[in-house]
Amino acid sequence: MYKVILARLRQGHRTMKYPAGAPPAMPDRFRGLPKIKPGPCPDGCRACVEACPTGSVTSSACQVRIDLGQCLFCTSCTNICPQQAITYTNDYRLAVRCRQNLTVTSDQGALVLADALDKKSQSLFGRSLKLRQVSAGGCNACEADVNVLSTIGWDMGRFGIQFVASPRHADGLLITGPVTQNMKLALEKTYVAMADPKLVIVVGACAISGGPYIDHAQVNNGVGTIMPVDLFIPGCPPHPLTILDGLLRLLGRIG
Amino acid sequence: MIRTPLNLAPIKSCHTVLLEAIPVLAMDDFMQTILDSVTASLRVVSLFGVASPPLETTTLYVVLADDEQNQLFVGRTEVKGDRFPSLTPRCPQVHLFEREIAEQFGLIPLGHPWLKPLRYHHAWTARDAWGRDQKQTVLPAVGDFYRVEGEQTHEVAVGPVHAGVIEPGHFRFQCHGEQVFHLEIALGFQHRGIEQAMLGGPTKRSLPYAETLAGDTTIAHAASYCQIIEALGNCRKTARAEALSSIALELERLANHVGDLGALAGDVGFLPAASFCGRIRGEFLNMTALLCGNRFGRGLLQPGGVAFDMDEERVAILLHQLAVAERDTTVAVELLWDTQSVMARFVGTGPLPRQMAVDLGIVGPAARASGLTRDVRCDQPSGIFRLAQIPVSTYDSGDVFGRAFVRWLEIQRSLAFIREQLQSIPTGEPLTRLDALSPSCLAISLNEGWRGEVCHVALTDEQSRFSRYKIVDPSFHNWLGLAYAMRNQGISDFPLCNKSFNLSYCGHDL
Repeated sequence: MYKVILARLRQGHRTMKYPAGAPPAMPDRFRGLPKIKPGPCPDGCRACVEACPTGSVTSSACQVRIDLGQCLFCTSCTNICPQQAITYTNDYRLAVRCRQNLTVTSDQGALVLADALDKKSQSLFGRSLKLRQVSAGGCNACEADVNVLSTIGWDMGRFGIQFVASPRHADGLLITGPVTQNMKLALEKTYVAMADPKLVIVVGACAISGGPYIDHAQVNNGVGTIMPVDLFIPGCPPHPLTILDGLLRLLGRIG
Repeated sequence: MIRTPLNLAPIKSCHTVLLEAIPVLAMDDFMQTILDSVTASLRVVSLFGVASPPLETTTLYVVLADDEQNQLFVGRTEVKGDRFPSLTPRCPQVHLFEREIAEQFGLIPLGHPWLKPLRYHHAWTARDAWGRDQKQTVLPAVGDFYRVEGEQTHEVAVGPVHAGVIEPGHFRFQCHGEQVFHLEIALGFQHRGIEQAMLGGPTKRSLPYAETLAGDTTIAHAASYCQIIEALGNCRKTARAEALSSIALELERLANHVGDLGALAGDVGFLPAASFCGRIRGEFLNMTALLCGNRFGRGLLQPGGVAFDMDEERVAILLHQLAVAERDTTVAVELLWDTQSVMARFVGTGPLPRQMAVDLGIVGPAARASGLTRDVRCDQPSGIFRLAQIPVSTYDSGDVFGRAFVRWLEIQRSLAFIREQLQSIPTGEPLTRLDALSPSCLAISLNEGWRGEVCHVALTDEQSRFSRYKIVDPSFHNWLGLAYAMRNQGISDFPLCNKSFNLSYCGHDL
């Protein structure tokens, strides 16, 4: 017992001040919101489009677009562009309410980040949001960084957000993975088992679009093909801060 | 008995062999060679089918490891028609491999004691081992389960959706009161079809596939994929690239082992260690993010080396962070061994006897906790591990305590290894150019991921495209070990036993 108390003292208080204080610093090589330099590409250059493993980069009339819903935040496009027109910024805020808002172009300013739920939903969920997590074909990296939010450093419980063991106890689903054919039925049943009103939050490129497995016969291209989605959190996997930022925006706790 | 299977082609990890140099054995010889080798303490690393254009012929390949001689062997045989004799009754470690061959190629391993689908998908060929219609939807975990009948026995079914934030799988327990007689595990819910999608590659998606085979094992799987391409592309990475890649591999081990010890503490209700370790795991993930910007190491490794170089400032930060994390981890983990309520739950729970670990072909910390000195970094070393050896950590109890304690030993050794590497990073380019890939070859790569042996095997055709890409995640070897360890245990100890193995669902389901 004495040792436990001593260890407790040595480990100290670890919960971050965020969102009241500054967010934890991102590593300098962190790949957050991509930025596209305005200006025309060299004639006929489609290097970034061809290099992208998931087809998230498209170009038309010299306008490059990146769909963050498919983006793996890898370095294929940034490394290949002869003009270094695509770079990653350190901006971790990526969560949106509409699928279309995940498109990044050169002339757009910031992303239209997720806005809060309506007043009624906020009064229901704003101080107590119980989520049922379903992994539907994910690689377990999104799941791992979702789990991190329950550790003492992040302590998501202080916002009333908690993972529960049954859909019957849940206000919403937090889904990861492209929804494999083999998980489709289980996911649908879990959704139906929740009482209304309910929320659906999708985390990671897979759950938004199929991610690296887009168009595989064994998967559905993300949760949106199966049920309505209230919050999209892109990344492969998203940083825990990106996930928390999205959840807090949805609940109207920040933003 | 001859120890070395002389009728097979020898090969080392991260090397290639021409397909024509791999002997084609008669079926009987092939089977007998596997049996003799396993009797002589070799083990089956991989056993897989390759479809030939005519449906009538399927080639079976086997990779055997002689860990004492640091040597791998590969051989093959041809199956004409739709069946081959099952080895499983005499060699349990091929049990899942044979079910996989049955499911992928529609071949029936005659005499297999438990021939059920493994991942619940359609066959890659027009044949189906269970005679199902190609148009019929294949539903996961549907079919008969092993059943214990009796007035006082009952069945407990769990999953695919579990209570925690965890991947899907279905567990069927046959119980007598609280006591588990038998556990059958049905997986396949995470099946994304990656092996099939690798055919015809490499493509721009191949590396992301490798990185997401099992997200918590990003580095070990990406390293295996890169080594395959490097072997086929005749590329010798610089010592610098080897060192940086090994640092990332050991950081991955540290994050997961520390996380597992915390989760084990959580499962027995010892919250101090659970909270501390949960946080410290994140510190190790952040160290990987310092290397490449991503906490799981996505984008760090590329065929030819590493995409992100190291600098002195980063080395200094890492050394400092390692020292802090080591101190915190030691305090947190030693609490476990000093707390009787924890030890009472760990010791004796979920035993996997040494001989059973040998028979089932268990790998990784689970094997080492049952007293086996099995570790790819020592037995089949490649890269930096040929020069800088990490002593193998073993324990002999085979129970939850053994699996926890081996993790703690490995944490200490990985910390020492990373520190040593950071202090003497060789100079050189981080990335080396590759030649065109070799046609008509077999390439193999083994890495000791944190769960155990990660094995990738690639076969190339005349145009140097993948005609087969076989992946074995350590979980594939170990799931049956978990099922065995649950025998005669209390069903309430399942979460604890499960966590002590902490196997990957998607790594199994691919």
